[in-house]
Amino acid sequence: MKKIIILIVSAVFLMSFADPDANVILDKVDKNMSSKNRVFESEMIIHGRRTSRTITSISYSAGNKQSFTEYLSPPREQGTKMLKLENQLWIYSPSTDRIIQISGHMLRQSVMGSDLSYEDMMDDRKLTEIYSATITGNETIDSRNTFVLELIAKVDDAAYHSQKIWVDAERYVPLKQEMFAKSGQLLKRTTLTDVKQVQGRWFPMNMVYKDVLKEGSGTEFRMTSVKFDQEIPDYIFTKAALKQ
Amino acid sequence: MLAFKLAFKNLMGAGLRTWLNVSVLSFAFIIIIFYNGLIDGWNRQSRIDIQAWETGEGQFWHPEYDRYDPYTIKDSHSPMSEEIQSEIAKKNLVPELLAQATAFPQGRLQGVILRGIDPDQTLLKLPTATLTKSYDDTDYAIIGKRMAESAKIGIGDRLLIRWRDKNGTFDAREIEIASVFKCDVPTVDKGQIYLRLEVLQKMMGMGNEATLLVTGKEFVNKDLNGWEFKDQGFLLADMDKIIQTKKAGGTIIEGLLLIIALIAIFDTQVLSIFRRQKEIGTYIALGMTRSQVVGIFTVEGGAHSILAALLGAVYGIPLFMLINKVGISMGYAQGVNTDLPIGEAIYPYYSLQLIIITIILVFISTTIVSYLPARKISKMKPTDALKGKLQ
Repeated sequence: MKKIIILIVSAVFLMSFADPDANVILDKVDKNMSSKNRVFESEMIIHGRRTSRTITSISYSAGNKQSFTEYLSPPREQGTKMLKLENQLWIYSPSTDRIIQISGHMLRQSVMGSDLSYEDMMDDRKLTEIYSATITGNETIDSRNTFVLELIAKVDDAAYHSQKIWVDAERYVPLKQEMFAKSGQLLKRTTLTDVKQVQGRWFPMNMVYKDVLKEGSGTEFRMTSVKFDQEIPDYIFTKAALKQ
Repeated sequence: MLAFKLAFKNLMGAGLRTWLNVSVLSFAFIIIIFYNGLIDGWNRQSRIDIQAWETGEGQFWHPEYDRYDPYTIKDSHSPMSEEIQSEIAKKNLVPELLAQATAFPQGRLQGVILRGIDPDQTLLKLPTATLTKSYDDTDYAIIGKRMAESAKIGIGDRLLIRWRDKNGTFDAREIEIASVFKCDVPTVDKGQIYLRLEVLQKMMGMGNEATLLVTGKEFVNKDLNGWEFKDQGFLLADMDKIIQTKKAGGTIIEGLLLIIALIAIFDTQVLSIFRRQKEIGTYIALGMTRSQVVGIFTVEGGAHSILAALLGAVYGIPLFMLINKVGISMGYAQGVNTDLPIGEAIYPYYSLQLIIITIILVFISTTIVSYLPARKISKMKPTDALKGKLQ
């Protein structure tokens, strides 16, 4: 009897130090990163060969099906609006006063010269909906302990067949993400920093996207303010809002 | 006959004035024939090139496919039936599978269309045989000169491409350029990468599927279930519209030239009738009716066009023969960013129909402008005309 109690206590003790389940980690990441809706103001710093330029915008998004972005500066981009509904994307340009639908080849073009393509902006489902995760190790990034997860798509229509993701072991926020093609070719790398607590959740306020197939230093995405679960009027997610 | 004899005698008698009119009219003749010949030659060459490189004798399209709408490429593919397979085996059909992708030449991003094509095909002029260079792990591709120049790549170079398969999942791999072809049809070349059909089918997860089927001369036209036939009229409609526009534009220049020549003839006729009133009176006094005299003057004016045609032939035929030998260089136009099929040189094509229509057009218009002033003769009083009184 004494031996059994020792065994049970030892097992419980060991389990408390063991890595948690990878899919549980991923679920916690989703809880931090996804929300019913959010409103955020951001700066997108595009590093070119010679110079860098900063584009500021305000975005409204509801779930992963609807999003609306209005560019606030520089003057050249001011007033440009972008609307995503389901898998369709429209852009309004004030200089031409026209709404155009982005499709086909154009979806593969970069957004305002950044490392993000329009189709990158189209796919923002929860990670747990798309991937099965396994823990492949532990690493330290900027003195933060991380779980290294390997994600393999469990659905047919995942944009990236696999991903490698470094998740902060305490805050459950990804600090680094690598996206791979089916062939195993590394396609994109995202580095997430400046993790802050916003409305009870941890959220990275600074992200650097790098299309590794493309030359350049990548695109920095800084959140200047972010609010979750806000009251967003329905008309925001309509084509009529683009011209307003 | 008398009218013709008199007309030519008077024209020759007028000397330099006649030859000046005839020269201007012959120039209009030459320009009309040359310009239309140039457009017809371009049209002929382009049609031959488009058929040889792209359209064949017509194409069967997947019902969803629209060449002007890139939205449609993603869903425009379906399996090829046994009937289609047997026509492919007989070399009567060439299947092509289309997919959108992004190429990364020297770290730059470039949107491209991947075209999977049977490497054993001989129906189109594309040098697809080089795609069968080897069946090792390397995926060979062929590209056109324009694509090679825009991506700054050549034979033996490797190019990284990224695409999304039928489910939308990204994939990427390197391909090696097996050959670079030179083609005068930009739509076959610009932004197009040709791969082995089976390779692209595998890449996309679309085994035995195609987007369109190019037909050959031996193909007996019939309905293929699930595919829509597009004939030459449809496939070359863009070219026809361009030709029509160019011809319409040319008509303005030709019309202006012709009007200048016709005004000169009209002017000559007015002057002739004014200065030759005694002659007109004499004709009537000799028993000619007024309409016969009007006829003499009209024929005289109209005869300018006959002389112009002869003079035009004297210097025009050798000139046209020379141009047809060397061609009109269009090298500069090839560098222009256009989707128009333009060869290095255009060789004008002068059809018999073009020449006859031009001769008739010039003859009729010259006769009309000659007749208009000659009508005044019918109102002349013969006695006053004989006296040379101004009327």
